[in-house]
Formats: sequence, structure tokens, C-alpha cells
Amino acid sequence: MKTADPALQAMLRERNLRIIMPIASILAALGLWEFLVWYNDVPHYLIPAPSLIAKTLIQDWATLAQSAWFTVKLTLLSLSLAIAGGVLLGMLFALSRTVEISLFPFAVILQVTPVVAIAPLILIYVESTFWALLICAWIVAFFPILSNTAIGLRSADHNLRDMFRLYQATPWQRLRYLLIPSALPYFMAALKIAGGLALIGAVVAEFVAGTAGQNTGLASRILESSFRNEIPRMFAALFLVSVLGIIIFLTTSWLSRAVLGHWHESEIKREL
Amino acid sequence: MMEQKILPEAPVQIEMSNVDKRFGNNVTAVQGMSLQIREGEFVSFLGPSGCGKSTALKMISGLLSVSSGAISVNGHPAGQSIDGSDVGYVFQEATLMPWATVFDNVYLPLKLQGLSRKEAGPRVREALDMVGLAKFSASYPRQLSGGMKMRVSIARAMVTKPKLLLMDEPFAALDEMTRFKLNNDVLDLWKSQGLTVIFVTHSVFESVYLSSRVIVMAARPGRVVHDIPLPGGYPRTGEYRTTAEYAETCRLVSNALEGTMDNVDINH
Ligand SMILES: Nc1ncnc2c1ncn2[C@@H]1O[C@H](COP(=O)(O)OP(=O)(O)OP(=O)(O)O)[C@@H](O)[C@H]1O
Ligand SMILES: [Mg+2]
Repeated sequence: MKTADPALQAMLRERNLRIIMPIASILAALGLWEFLVWYNDVPHYLIPAPSLIAKTLIQDWATLAQSAWFTVKLTLLSLSLAIAGGVLLGMLFALSRTVEISLFPFAVILQVTPVVAIAPLILIYVESTFWALLICAWIVAFFPILSNTAIGLRSADHNLRDMFRLYQATPWQRLRYLLIPSALPYFMAALKIAGGLALIGAVVAEFVAGTAGQNTGLASRILESSFRNEIPRMFAALFLVSVLGIIIFLTTSWLSRAVLGHWHESEIKREL
Repeated sequence: MMEQKILPEAPVQIEMSNVDKRFGNNVTAVQGMSLQIREGEFVSFLGPSGCGKSTALKMISGLLSVSSGAISVNGHPAGQSIDGSDVGYVFQEATLMPWATVFDNVYLPLKLQGLSRKEAGPRVREALDMVGLAKFSASYPRQLSGGMKMRVSIARAMVTKPKLLLMDEPFAALDEMTRFKLNNDVLDLWKSQGLTVIFVTHSVFESVYLSSRVIVMAARPGRVVHDIPLPGGYPRTGEYRTTAEYAETCRLVSNALEGTMDNVDINH
């Protein structure tokens, strides 16, 4: 191609930049880490080199993958339940001021009480550990979805509301064609936050539970390794938690762009 | 173009009798407003900011209730027409749904009436053609200029073929060139569709250019102080703005408006 379109070139450059730069900087950090550990002869039970962590990851892959899968299940299930509950209750709040005023205190109490503080209680009352952990993660992820959905459904432009009234829209049409689209940007913002929180909730609750055994998540692997002084394994599990968090972040960001990209300010790329 | 004459015997379409509107904060937005508007008239509400023009328009459309008095539109109490298609409303801002394409924005009133996209398609395209935006039906509002958005909003108000078109300062935020163009578009629409138009404006020139009758309102409390039938015939084109008749009518209406600013009621 001889006549290169400058706008296209700029776009390609920008995309390369956005992919290459983060990878390059992470690789550089890992390289520096590796070098410093080697150069200073740091013992692996203090700070293991990245190469050793990678080796541990491969060696212990069977147990680590199983634990990761447990944490993924816990996170996704709690996030789904938070979305379902938050959206339903948010709609109810938007429909009825009375319901909102009477139930909002409970939502706030759930939100402000640290999950580490409630987790022991929940673990006592709920027999199945999985369900107890699920409830803890759900509590953390639920509130942002609820409050943003409720605010979003109220945020429709008042002239558009008037227009729907003028054309005698049914309540269902109003919800479907006006309130839900208006609420989507708020909901998407909440989803990005709640996705990360669900993972944090899942990990923190498992720390509190301190469960051991086969069917447990990454937090248990970290605890277990710490008891046995297997620092490289601890880092390997920690690495997997971060990867999960990054995947959740990228997925929710992508989803938000896919849903809002063609119209909402937050996701539009402006042409200058 | 056909010559439009508003016959004095044309049936009354809007009847306001002694309408008051008081808001909760004890503001009397409209007081003792009585008015008859006949089918096919082009009426402007002209007055200073805060004199209740928007309030009056909203009451006629049924978006606001009256505090006392009565309004009937097409023989029904305001806001209680049998279907939602009798009245078209153009807000001061374009008020488009940012998540929907131009086509879907114009399609909305028909969608709310239960028409499928396919059934509504020809009518939507016709409305877009009318405002010269057929080529932009797949664009999103953010991709349009302010004047184009306003035209989409007019197309949306027209797509149901309403008998009554209510416009609340639709062109206040536009440059003069665009405004002149849209003025002519509205006049064309009015003539070809045989509608009744109520047009709220701040501008003496705009009201004189467009209307067959100007209602001059005054503030605190909002009320009608003059009801001026305009002499100028139709069709009106840009040339009309240069005629002596236009200048003279503007002067007359301008004087009437100035009277309201001093809180002097010229009627007495
Ligand atoms: N929802 C409301 N609540 C309380 N007061 C209101 C409300 N809407 C309008 N008013 C008051 O009623 C009066 C008339 O308002 P309105 O919007 O009808 O004026 P307007 O003639 O359209 O003015 P403008 O030309 O600036 O749009 C104003 O004094 C305003 O403060
Ligand atoms: Mg107004």
C-alpha cells in the first residue's frame, strides 16, 4: 500500500500502542525482578524469582487449576446473583418510593459492614461452606448494582418522559424503550465495579473460612502455602488471582463498550 | 403552492376558557387565559421569559393539568384524546434518544402505537424526506448538527400526521440561516398537511414571518394581553421579509410586546 491514509495509520499506531506498551512494561518489570533476585542472591523463601514462580505454576498446575476453577465458579455465581437481585430490587425501588425508603437501610447496612466481620457469622449459620462463601461474595457485589440500577432508571430525560406520556406509552413500553436504555450506562459502570468486588469477596470470605481440603479456592492455596512456608506456590496462587481479576476487568470493559459504544459519551471515541 | 385562508367559520379546535395555573410554590404561571384557536391557524405565543408560554403549551398538550378553568382539544378535554397521535410536540431541545438511530427516533411514536418496523417504514421515510434527512436515517443523534437534530425532532412530531402541532421555541438555539430554512420548512409542512400550529417564540420577527395570528403575553402573572390577527397572506418566502408590510407588522407587534415589558396593559 503506497498511499497510506494518515487517519488509518494513526489508528493502527494507537492500537499498537495500547497493546504493546502495557505488555512491554510488564515484561520489563518481570525482567528487573528476575535480575534483582539473581543479582542480590535473594533466597527463594523470601522473594522467589518469576521463573521459579512459573515453574511452580506448571508443577502444581493440577491442584492450582482446580482451586482457580472453584474461585471462578464462586465469583461468577455470586456476580450473577448480585446482578439478578440488584436489578430486580433496583426496578422495585424505581417503581415505588415507599419500597425504596423502607428497604434502603438494609442495603446500606449490608454495604457498610465489612464482609470480614460478617463472614464468621455466616459460616456458623450456613452449613455448606460453598453457600456461605457465595453469600459473602454476593453481599459485596450486590450493592453497587442495586444503587446504580435504581439511580439509572430514574435518570431518564424529563422531556423524553413527557414525550412517552404524550404518546400514551404503556408502563411496559416506558420501561423497555426509555428507562432501561437510560439506565444502561449506570448499570455498566456498576458491573465493572461489582465484577472486581465479587472476586475480592470470594477470596476474602475464603480467607476467613480458612477451609482446607480438596474442593477449595485459590485463597486456601495461599493460606496453605503460607503455613508450609512454600513462598513460590503462594506467589503462583496470587498470580492466578490477579489473572482472574484482569480477565473479569477486560470482559466487563469489553461488554460495556459493546453495549454503549455506539452512543454513550463514556465509550465513544471522539474523532478530532 | 396553494393559498391558505383561515375561514372564520372553520371549526374551533382548541378552546381555553378562563384557565389558571398555579404551581406549588405559589407562582401563578398563567391567569385567566381564554382563547379560541380554529382549525388550520398558525398561532404564535409571543412574550418575555417567564410569562407562561411553555406552561400554556404543556396544558394544551395535557402534560400539565390546569388549576382551574377548562381546555378542550378536538372536542376532548386536553390530554384525553382517544389515541396519542392527535398532537405533535416539539420541545425546545431536540430531545432525541441518544441510543437510537434517526430512523428509530422518528419511528418511536408509531412503535408506541404498536406498528411494526415494516408497517411504519414508509411513513418514517416520508417524514424524514419532508425534513430532508432521508440520507441520515442510520445515523445516531451525536453525529448530527444542532439544526439537523431539530429537524429529526420535527419529523418525529409529524410522523403520526397530527392535527395539531405544538412547538416550544424550537429554533431558539440555532443560527439565523438554519432558522430561516427551518421556518420555511415548517410553513411548507403547515400548508401541505393542513395542520394547526401553535408556535412559542421570543422573536417578534419569527412570529410575524410565520403566523396568521400572534398572541402577546405578559408576565407576573402570565396572561394574554394582545390577540393580533396578521394581515399578510401566504405563501411567504424570504422576500416577504423585505416588504413594507412585514416591517410595519413587526413594528406593530414589537410595540405591543414592549407594552408588556413596562407592565402597562394597553388593552385598558
Ligand atoms: N414546574 C414548575 N414549578 C414551579 N414553577 C414553575 C414551574 N414551571 C414553570 N414555573 C413558573 O411559571 C412561570 C412561567 O413559566 P414558563 O416556563 O411557562 O415560562 P415561559 O414563558 O415558557 O418562559 P421562557 O420563555 O423563558 O421559556 C415562571 O415564573 C416559572 O418560574
Ligand atoms: Mg418556555
